[in-house]
Amino acid sequence: MTTQIISDIDEAEKGTSLWKDAWLRLRKNRLAVIGLVTLVFFIVIALITPWIAPYSYQAQNLDLGATPPSAAHWLGTDIFGRDMLTQIMYGGRISLAVGFVATAVALVIGITWGAIAGYAGGRVDAVMMRLVDILYALPFMIFIVLLMVVFGRNMLLLFLAIGAVEWLTMARIMRSQVQSLRQQEFVEAAVSLGLSPATIIRRHIVPNALGPIIVYTTLTIPSVMLLEAFLSFLGLGIQPPQTSWGLLISYGAETMEEFPWLLIFPGLALTLTLFSLNFLGDGLRDALDVRGSRD
Amino acid sequence: MWRFLTSRVLQSIPVILAVITVTFFLVRVAPGGPFSSEKAVMPEVKAALEAQYRLDLPLFQQYLAYLGDLAQGDLGPSFKYPGRDVNELIAAGLPVTAELGFYALLVAVIIGGLAGVLASLKPNTAQDYVPMTAAMIGICMPSFLLGPLLVLVFGIYLDWLPVSGWGDIPGDKLLPAITLGSAYAAYIARLSRAGMLEVMSQDYIRTARAKGLPEWQVVVKHALRGGLIPVVAFLGPAFAGLLAGSFVVETIFQIPGLGRFYVQAAFNRDYTMILGTTVFLSTLIVVFNLLSDILAAWMNPRLRAQFGDH
Amino acid sequence: MALLEVNDLAVSFVTRNGVNKAVDGISFSVESGKITAIIGESGSGKSVACYSMLGLIPMPPGRIDGGTAVFEGRDLLQLSESELRKVRGRDVAMIFQDPMTCLNPFMTVGKQLMEPLIYHHKVSQAEARERALELLDEVGIREPESTIDNFPHQFSGGMRQRVMIAMALINEPKLLIADEPTTALDVTIQAQILHLIANLQTKRDIGVIFISHDLAVVADIADEIVVMQQGRIVEAGDREGIFSNASHPYTQKLLAAIPSDSKTPMAETPEPLIQVRNLCTWFSQGGKQPVVKAVNDVSFDIRRGEVLGLVGESGSGKSTIGRSLLRLVPVTSGEVSFDGTDVTALHGNALKDMRRRMQMIFQDPFASLNPRMTVFDTLAEPLLLHGIENRKTVTAGVLKLMDDVGLARAFVRKYPHEFSGGQRQRIAIGRALATRPEFIVADEPVSALDVTIQAQILDLMQELGREYGLTMLFVSHDLAVVRHLADRILVLYKGELVEEGTGEQLFEHPQEEYTRSLLSAIPGRALLA
Repeated sequence: MTTQIISDIDEAEKGTSLWKDAWLRLRKNRLAVIGLVTLVFFIVIALITPWIAPYSYQAQNLDLGATPPSAAHWLGTDIFGRDMLTQIMYGGRISLAVGFVATAVALVIGITWGAIAGYAGGRVDAVMMRLVDILYALPFMIFIVLLMVVFGRNMLLLFLAIGAVEWLTMARIMRSQVQSLRQQEFVEAAVSLGLSPATIIRRHIVPNALGPIIVYTTLTIPSVMLLEAFLSFLGLGIQPPQTSWGLLISYGAETMEEFPWLLIFPGLALTLTLFSLNFLGDGLRDALDVRGSRD
Repeated sequence: MWRFLTSRVLQSIPVILAVITVTFFLVRVAPGGPFSSEKAVMPEVKAALEAQYRLDLPLFQQYLAYLGDLAQGDLGPSFKYPGRDVNELIAAGLPVTAELGFYALLVAVIIGGLAGVLASLKPNTAQDYVPMTAAMIGICMPSFLLGPLLVLVFGIYLDWLPVSGWGDIPGDKLLPAITLGSAYAAYIARLSRAGMLEVMSQDYIRTARAKGLPEWQVVVKHALRGGLIPVVAFLGPAFAGLLAGSFVVETIFQIPGLGRFYVQAAFNRDYTMILGTTVFLSTLIVVFNLLSDILAAWMNPRLRAQFGDH
Repeated sequence: MALLEVNDLAVSFVTRNGVNKAVDGISFSVESGKITAIIGESGSGKSVACYSMLGLIPMPPGRIDGGTAVFEGRDLLQLSESELRKVRGRDVAMIFQDPMTCLNPFMTVGKQLMEPLIYHHKVSQAEARERALELLDEVGIREPESTIDNFPHQFSGGMRQRVMIAMALINEPKLLIADEPTTALDVTIQAQILHLIANLQTKRDIGVIFISHDLAVVADIADEIVVMQQGRIVEAGDREGIFSNASHPYTQKLLAAIPSDSKTPMAETPEPLIQVRNLCTWFSQGGKQPVVKAVNDVSFDIRRGEVLGLVGESGSGKSTIGRSLLRLVPVTSGEVSFDGTDVTALHGNALKDMRRRMQMIFQDPFASLNPRMTVFDTLAEPLLLHGIENRKTVTAGVLKLMDDVGLARAFVRKYPHEFSGGQRQRIAIGRALATRPEFIVADEPVSALDVTIQAQILDLMQELGREYGLTMLFVSHDLAVVRHLADRILVLYKGELVEEGTGEQLFEHPQEEYTRSLLSAIPGRALLA
């Protein structure tokens, strides 16, 4: 009997889970795969920059000044004779870090808030989401500028401020997910089996809400990176001696007439990263069959 | 409908009040701000200044007095430029920014909407891929990068268009409007494509086709309205984005608009100016959000009826 | 000569996974003044065949592989798009399944109604409006003048279908194609709409193609019946021929799937397992809106081992009663006693233990299974939760359940989306049985399934009910199914009990007006009784 059962289970054809299904679909989407590879490449570079950067971050060569790309400086040098490739690599660390950390902040706050509101329902939900509505109506872009002006250009504050804007949408998505899942018959079935609410959330709700969250997270990172670059461009974001792609673009724009490569290369780095993330996000949306999120 | 209108207008009052309050207190508690007396000034000058800016009053009374000024439409004086006030600066900058924003919105809605609708009619063909790839580039090419690049190509290398100014030389409004509008054109293209695709798969579109209507009538009469509701709802947030974008674009093209004033005020730490402008811009954004929400609701008869019942 | 003569029509869909022959060489004809019914289950190609003739399937992926469809001397398949448009909506009109989604929500009903008339015949607005009002009146919309400028959401489902019919008839077409026009409607509304279509057809002497999955629905109105299966016509003939001596096994199977017998009630009357007293379940809609009294002061008993049928139309509160008994919705007031214990007062472990003893089978097998769990996980969850099996024996327990519900053991590691609707419902039944319950609420367990699958699942439920000694509350809108299955039947109307009795009592001697109207609405009674 027992041996029979074991062989039955082993011979049973393995099903294709929705995750595996989505992965197979994603793999067929060439743009998304290119996006994923590019993104991983940029992240790896950012992680190991201190060991592989061709020059030291502080190294200047005022005598050299700005030079176009050459064998010694693949992407040229800036007006202080600093190696552009090194600058872009270090700038990428900051830009990516802001993108990922601020998104993580938004993710944690938004998911917790949305899940509680969605699962509690009733009055708790009404109050919590009313607050989100009010915050939504606030002109945050202007507020962030104000915050940066008032409290000085502080990286931690930048993370928090950007995260604080983006969590709102995350909360809305999570809440609508939880709410619609709660009404699904399979969750009712889980309740009627006698599972505890914690188990229901863990086994039945979270795995099914993950798709839209993943997609939206992927699409939030580029918008956060844009916001950072925007602030840095205005001089309200990352401050020297640190640098970011937005700051490099800002410097490049000042001298683009004589030294266009100082604008073009950091611009390219930022645009490529945003492309990868957006293509990956679109691909994930199609692969996970998520509808109605943002655009 | 009237009740819906009033309720929505009433709902935005606490938002505006919150904006004013938060901004006011943020500016007051700013470390190293103009209201902390770190500079060594003569006591009588300081007293005069404090009286002028009402700093001698308790904080809460300052707040109330500020609210009173606002109620009369007075946004307060400039801290850095004695004698000038926020109202004057806004009066000078607003028409320029409004014109720029209007052109940019025009670019965004017309080009974006057209591209999105056309793409949605032939999904997964060249008619879809070309505008959507362009839209993707538009989204990934922020204004602060696109602006300088456009200047570089059309202003410097080709020397076709002026690279700065506003209304001085013919054609100098073109590049700023495109720079500011392109990202929103891209968003609107994606939104309207998604919206139209959704609507075109609805059963009532099949009904319209079964009536024998030609395809253009199916699209124009039956699909467009539902498909473009998301775009209309996006106009509010887009307006807020355009205002923020004008900070950058006006700086790049040296346009004497509100955006540039704001950035300058930020750099000069002209706190009263920042306070006044923030309150003004925020109110504007809240109002526009309200308008686009109302318009989107108005376009949907079911919502219109629902709100009418209350 | 026939109005429409279809010959060897073949349509396929070209997808990445290959070519799917949706319609595989079918021939039939439609006479003027007659109703031709095309019957088939989902995926049989019945709709595709009709839509493709009018150029209403998307191409690609759709592709017409061959054949002819001659309508009034012209082959529709050879017409250009603009020529076809002149046919559509003028000579051939359509009505569709779901009246809730088929009308444009952004346009007034009047405008939509007038549109085909104005477009095809270039009449003036005033003339078109006049005609629209006449038609609305004819299809049974009361006070057309005051409703013509309303939007679709202001109409009920049945009313919207009437509007659709008026819209289809406004150009006096010669052929009307009705695609499952009553499937989304309640039984009594269905009867009205069927009646209306038959009347209008006779009056205008036009040809009608009536597409349906349900032989019973067309039993009263069809002149000719065409039975399709997997893209082919398996049998065609006049109504009497099909119903009295169908020759093809598939047709026979379809006929056999229509339940027409009455279950013989239990001989003895055992003591009740469940006693429901003055049950009220009300929902507040928030704000100042009135409370919805979904279930209002309902009392009944369910005896040990019996199948109690609960019948009502949508909005009657039948599902809410089932959910109230299982504590899936909060009960407003009243008492539900299960084997002497008041269920409404339980919580904590006592509630969990009670949940083990009563289970539910849901309507939609596509929504009632967690899409991210394998069959194994789905079935193992209740077994482990209630300690029925331990980690070592759970595999054997799961496989036993799969055997019981008739699922191959080889499927145990598959996910819900890899199964058909019928197979999914088997999984859901297995899950409900896993806790070895004494009582099961079955909420419309077969209404989302194809007719032949329905019969299989009903048989399975009966068999398992005996094997496991279950007491069952069977909730359904379908009187015929309930009569076939239930020992006693309760009739529910707007949250309140109307009548109670055995199937035979209700069918032969209904006491209440509402029960009588429900009974007379059952399609095909005369032919199938």
